Amino acid sequence: MQIEEYKPLIVAFCCNWCSYAGADLAGNNRLAYPADVKIIRVPCSCRVNPMFILRAFQRGADGVIICGCHPGDCHYTSGNYFTRRRMAMLFSMLDFLGIERERTRVEWVSAAEGAKFAATMNDFAETVAALGENKRLEDLRCKK
Amino acid sequence: MQKISREQLIDKAVSLLSNNTVEAVLGWKKGEFDYDVTPALFTSADKLAAEFVWDDFCGANFSKYLVKHTKKAEGKILVFLKPCDTYSFNQLLTEHRFDRDKVYAVGIPCDGMVDIDKIKTLCGEGIVAVDCTGDTLRVNTLYDDEKAINKEDVLAERCLHCKSKKHVAYDELLGEDGEVLASNRFDEIEKLEAMTPDERFAFWQNELSRCIRCNACRDVCPACTCEKCVFANPDSGVENKAAANSFEEKMFHIIRAFHVAGRCTDCGECSRVCPQNIPLHLLNRKFIKDINTFYGEYQAGAEVGSRAPLVDYTTEDVEPGEVFDRGDQDA
Repeated sequence: MQIEEYKPLIVAFCCNWCSYAGADLAGNNRLAYPADVKIIRVPCSCRVNPMFILRAFQRGADGVIICGCHPGDCHYTSGNYFTRRRMAMLFSMLDFLGIERERTRVEWVSAAEGAKFAATMNDFAETVAALGENKRLEDLRCKK
Repeated sequence: MQKISREQLIDKAVSLLSNNTVEAVLGWKKGEFDYDVTPALFTSADKLAAEFVWDDFCGANFSKYLVKHTKKAEGKILVFLKPCDTYSFNQLLTEHRFDRDKVYAVGIPCDGMVDIDKIKTLCGEGIVAVDCTGDTLRVNTLYDDEKAINKEDVLAERCLHCKSKKHVAYDELLGEDGEVLASNRFDEIEKLEAMTPDERFAFWQNELSRCIRCNACRDVCPACTCEKCVFANPDSGVENKAAANSFEEKMFHIIRAFHVAGRCTDCGECSRVCPQNIPLHLLNRKFIKDINTFYGEYQAGAEVGSRAPLVDYTTEDVEPGEVFDRGDQDA
């Protein structure tokens, strides 16, 4: 019998204007990043409600990463500044509840940074794989 | 014992009612027992004389009740505010949740409230009467004779860490105003932060698994005044019902605390009303501590019109990934 290798499931929220285009560029340049990264396009990184992140964990994500334009470059001028404050607070709270701090991350990826996008995803997938399955925020009803 | 007597408050309320300054009075009324004092709206002097209560069990914060009652009222409503209640009062005004012209706020000094659960631990079950008028509390139970206990031993958790005896909003003040106190309220948070993630997880798992999702913490919170709550949305799958598993408990409490982050005045009502005695104020206080550390000292409700930290930003804010390192250095 073959034992299946553990592969982490990663949800990446990417803003429409920078990071989603960055992911596109990574693809165009044939840069490899794990196929287990599921990208969800959002209009702006500040669209990400804390509930989205918890929901992703509930439905079986092992790591959640939020990508947006670099601070100062937001298409809507100030959206990512709000993201920065909110996510700083939320991640700190998750850590306070004892949930592994490595499972969540915010990265700023511009539309020209295809290489950075691929490198970030590879690094994040590796970190999450080392942690193993998400047990602390899982919902057994949502597991197969 | 409180510094100001029940009779003084009734006199004030009756005089304002009789000269038609106010049409109703928000006050405390005795429940089934001496210790379950509940908020009530009084409209006549007779009712006030018969039912009004002011003692060491009057913990309820009336600020949130103003949202509902000022909408219905034609004239003014008299409200009694303890120092910590005035912060919530200001915060709600900042958010334009009620009409200031429809409120007559009377600030009253507070000498700290007591926690019935602590009394029960000392005196056992079957408490029939608690007399708070003397220097010590005199407790009568079904089984024993009268017992005298010191108020300091049964002071509510939030009053042990009282942040202020100063009123930040009132139309009229009864008694003397106090000072903003140097509180040690973040000590408990630091203790938790010093634990390992596994210990913290075990601690919260133990606390939050007791949650029965009664939503009392949400309903009482003066910062939770949305007319439609996310947790009342049938599409959310987490509307008013018992938490199905440990995920839902955590999600409810993380989101509840997050929604009031930056607006929470740390009044401690959530922990007071929790029937399962979950220390919910610790979650809110963690947010307050983080905000103070990263975005500068901020006390919600200290002044009307101040901008809450989470609806504000600077270009130099800390990155989410750096929060842990800076937080650790700080602790």
